[in-house]
Amino acid sequence: MELKFELNGKKIATVVEADSLLLDVLRSLGCASVKRGCESSNCGLCTVFVDDKPVLSCSVLAARVEGRRVTTLEGLQDEAADFGAFIADQGAEQCGFCNPGLMMNAIAMFRENPHPTEEEILSYLSGNLCRCSGYEGQLRGIQSYLAFKDAQKGGA
Amino acid sequence: MLTIRQYVRAESLEQAYELNQKKTNLILGGMHWMKMTTRNVDTAIDLSGLGLDTIVETDQAFEIGCMVTLRQLEQHPALNTFTNHAVAHAVKDIVGVQFRNTATVGGSIFGRYGFSDVLTVFLALNTKVVCHHAGELSLEEYAQMPADRDILVKLVVDKQPKPVAYQAMRHARTDFPILTCAVSCVDGVWQAAVGARPHKAALVQDQEGILSQGVNQESAQKFGEYVSQKLNFGSNMRGSAQYRRQICGVLVQRATMAASEVK
Amino acid sequence: MRHVNQPVRKKDAMALLTGKPVYTGDLYDPKALVVKVLHSPHANAMIENIDTSIAMKVPGIEAIFTYKDVPQKRFTMAGQTYPEPSPYDRLLLDRHVRFHGDAVAVVAGENVKAVDRALKLIKVTYQVLPAVLDFRTAKDNPVLVHPEDNWVAHCPVGADNHRNLCAHEETGHGDIEAVLADCDVVLERTYHTKANSQAMMETFRTYTYMDTYGRLNVLSSTQIVFHARRIIAHALDIPKSKVRVTKPRIGGGFGAKQSCVTEIFPALVTWKTGKPAYLVYSRQESQTAGSPRHEMEITVRIGAMKDGRIRGFDMYTLSNTGAYGEHGPTTVGLSGHKSIPLYNRNQEAYRFTYDVVYTNVQAAGAYRGYGATQGLFAVESIVNELASELKMDPVKLREMNLVAEGQVLPAYYYEPCNACALDRCLKETAQRMGWDEKYPCRDMGNGKVRSVGVAMAMQGSSISHVDIGGATIKLNDDGFYALTIGAADMGTGCDTILAQMAAEVMECDVDNIVVYGADTDASPYDSGSYASSTTYLTGRAVEEACQKLRESIQKIGAVLLKCDVEDTEFDGKEVRCVSDPQRTVSLADVATASMVNNEFETQFTSTTSSPVSPPPYMVGMVEVEIDKATGAIEIINYEATVDCGTVINPNLARVQTEGGIAQGIGMALYEDITYDERGAIRENSFMQYKIPTRQDVGRIHVEFEPSYEPTGPFGAKSIGEIVINTPSPAIAHAVYNATGVWHRELPITPEKILLGEKYYEKSSV
Repeated sequence: MELKFELNGKKIATVVEADSLLLDVLRSLGCASVKRGCESSNCGLCTVFVDDKPVLSCSVLAARVEGRRVTTLEGLQDEAADFGAFIADQGAEQCGFCNPGLMMNAIAMFRENPHPTEEEILSYLSGNLCRCSGYEGQLRGIQSYLAFKDAQKGGA
Repeated sequence: MLTIRQYVRAESLEQAYELNQKKTNLILGGMHWMKMTTRNVDTAIDLSGLGLDTIVETDQAFEIGCMVTLRQLEQHPALNTFTNHAVAHAVKDIVGVQFRNTATVGGSIFGRYGFSDVLTVFLALNTKVVCHHAGELSLEEYAQMPADRDILVKLVVDKQPKPVAYQAMRHARTDFPILTCAVSCVDGVWQAAVGARPHKAALVQDQEGILSQGVNQESAQKFGEYVSQKLNFGSNMRGSAQYRRQICGVLVQRATMAASEVK
Repeated sequence: MRHVNQPVRKKDAMALLTGKPVYTGDLYDPKALVVKVLHSPHANAMIENIDTSIAMKVPGIEAIFTYKDVPQKRFTMAGQTYPEPSPYDRLLLDRHVRFHGDAVAVVAGENVKAVDRALKLIKVTYQVLPAVLDFRTAKDNPVLVHPEDNWVAHCPVGADNHRNLCAHEETGHGDIEAVLADCDVVLERTYHTKANSQAMMETFRTYTYMDTYGRLNVLSSTQIVFHARRIIAHALDIPKSKVRVTKPRIGGGFGAKQSCVTEIFPALVTWKTGKPAYLVYSRQESQTAGSPRHEMEITVRIGAMKDGRIRGFDMYTLSNTGAYGEHGPTTVGLSGHKSIPLYNRNQEAYRFTYDVVYTNVQAAGAYRGYGATQGLFAVESIVNELASELKMDPVKLREMNLVAEGQVLPAYYYEPCNACALDRCLKETAQRMGWDEKYPCRDMGNGKVRSVGVAMAMQGSSISHVDIGGATIKLNDDGFYALTIGAADMGTGCDTILAQMAAEVMECDVDNIVVYGADTDASPYDSGSYASSTTYLTGRAVEEACQKLRESIQKIGAVLLKCDVEDTEFDGKEVRCVSDPQRTVSLADVATASMVNNEFETQFTSTTSSPVSPPPYMVGMVEVEIDKATGAIEIINYEATVDCGTVINPNLARVQTEGGIAQGIGMALYEDITYDERGAIRENSFMQYKIPTRQDVGRIHVEFEPSYEPTGPFGAKSIGEIVINTPSPAIAHAVYNATGVWHRELPITPEKILLGEKYYEKSSV
């Protein structure tokens, strides 16, 4: 079936199967940042935005994004570099495989709640699993990024 | 593995209903659980375009469309004020924000899953279910019916004040619950919905008036024991029947105390 | 030091964080054949008949292979130095399938749908055999997991396939029976740790293709390119010269990718068809046909005096290697040799005996900690039990008995303890935890109790007398250096820390070192990234290779400066004539000159091996809160102090430690592998196999107490594995301190905590 949607600001017209999953379609369109870590909606690696809401692309039928806006990390490179630098400064990226999903959901969190408490951070990102870092370094990176953002605003 | 031959975005409930009469067709919810099943679907019917993704607050009730996501439930201010945040509490540990952004209340309720936090909390809220064909019926009744070919259109939670509180037990956060429990008081009668036993949630009312002389730790504990004796429990990977029965009393007691403190 | 001991950003960090296509699954040719494996639905069966004719008719199917199509020479998938201690007990596909999930057939086709259809259409008739599912019954069971005649163990590991034995040994020092007989207190306890999945986020996956020269190229998510080359050549029975293995970025390994779990299947397809092929294991396959931690049951006797002196250990480990023997004979050794030496100070004797048995369950493999994790759960737990028996503070008991610098460790192959800050680690951790105030527990007055627990750990740094570290450093235009390694960065950051060491020696910026690896054609030989070897061994190779290159730079500089090489010095930027410091030549000019009419080498390889495996040491203390009415347990706080020698990169060492502790918390509290009556694994997805979320690990706080290891690069030891070892015993201890019940079997679930002794009475009936 034909599918038209907007991907990272570009109009896309492509052909998919009725049961194609958004994850596979996005990867076939070159969005390699979208990873599959499980088949059971548990790991958060495949997080993308549909109309600005973070969703698990492994569980979304591609057909369902007809006419909608889809964003992957490929479309958020500046934000990813901006925020990612703070994770890198902790060494918390480690193997990196969970990073794109974490970056996407963290960016969603920053947009929804620019001043999350520690508890809110842990809760919002609890669907993003990481097996390397023990999460502490990610938390430090997020908190120092938020502090940096605040300082920037204060100074402006 | 799930295969789907054809995808249809329904243009009306009637069209969706007609399509859904065929056994090899099905209605899509959030697709998280359906995706895990092995079946060959002929036509997958999407209700996304029918405006069923809103929570409408009227003078009498909250009307919750079947395509409302768990995240919408969690974030709806009025619904959560009304339920003392029991609804948000019930869904907040379900996998993650991304999951809850697409998992639908209709999918949760229609699936009548044993592990359902959603079914548990809505049972305690004396929720009504509106189906396209069968019309209105109580959630308690609906939950006991086998899955049929009707379409669950919306849930209706009447606004008659009812103190309610939610409790669940999990191994790791975001895991399936070992036990779920919601306690409420409707028309002066206390009741507890207990799910993940691992059987689906069922409602037990305080028919012996254990709490009629007032709720305190002692009476709440007795009510907890009463509920845990009234229900059947089973064993699975997450816990034994014995353990579930034991913590059932505790969770019911705690939820009862919490609900009794609602102003 | 300018670069060593600095929190340098990982070289690949921003590529990973911005989602660049750097993993196997991003790099394969999308036109490659899709490869999938048909897995056995039986724990033990003979294939009576296998009919692929209907499946072959599915449009798009290229090939289907069964046991009839593969070489009949047995091999092992374990990534170990040849001859591997793991028995040669595998065929690429075997008529005899030995666990629920064992490979039955390999299907290759144009797309996933066609391959999935074909998998369903392969008709297999099995002769179902009785299966050995309980490892306690495996030894000398009439049902043999490996009855075949061509089974062979190349090393004397005490294996006997006619007894279901993968390995057996008894070692010791002193007269343990006499020492125990003379002790005031002797405790005997049995501990049980389960199989655990590494659960790295990137599942197993491999891409294969033929190159210009008719060689099989294997791009795989592996920790062990050189071993993989040999294993693939053995599996296909082809010359090793026909195989090249490379690895891109790896999405986590933790030992899982120290076995060739997927490589051999697409390799078979490409070798037979000449076409590129790609196999990715699903999460379910990774959980059920992977390479998890060995389940072990460990019985320990400990002998001590009333004053707390620990005089002897007697340990028996029963290890479950599952259907195949990968890492079976070696992991078990660590359960004793990397736990008993912690209490070296007053130790007069020890005995360590083990059996490793075959069973009809998923074959085990290497997982961070590699047997030490299991052994330390037993030893640290029994020391805590001893403290309780002696009514001593468990920290004080440890202070009296712990290993210290200058000692010789009989239970650790009589190696000397050159560098050890364990005493400081213990003191520091206790102070930060507030041990004296918090031990054993505090009632919080709301039905909850907070308690603390302690454990120590050790590991090794490389396998002594076996492992090889290799590094090549090359001078390039403008004076930048290319460092080529055979070790595998799997997220750990070894590319970066090795570059830090190179920069330290070359006195240049870390950015001036580019790192390449691992590639069996281009990299110097390195046994691979496992056994906590890379920092220690490959690091030394880097250091030595760089020293050689410095000398060569000075030689070229001397020619340019027209002075004796002895009269030159190099500061990383310039070569200078010492007797006439105004005469200098820049590194860039040396580099340029090295490419014109030059006979001095500008590329050096160093190879290192070590007669010792210096242990890093660690102390972990946990504070938990237990809900007395439900048994719910919450990690409040984890304090850890690590002695890994010189810390090469404090950021990366810290994150390694935090990550290992989080994994250890999962192992302690809920990660479990159980089997149904057919031998099928129940925890076959992330829905059922729960790893900790960020809401489950409390606050983890890590500090370092460096010692200086004279045999390591810049004084460094290892960090990668030790970090997983303390949570299980520390948490079990904390649960005891809150409830008075010892949990000797993992995981320690709320149900076990609530029901206490009753739980075990119930399950023993």
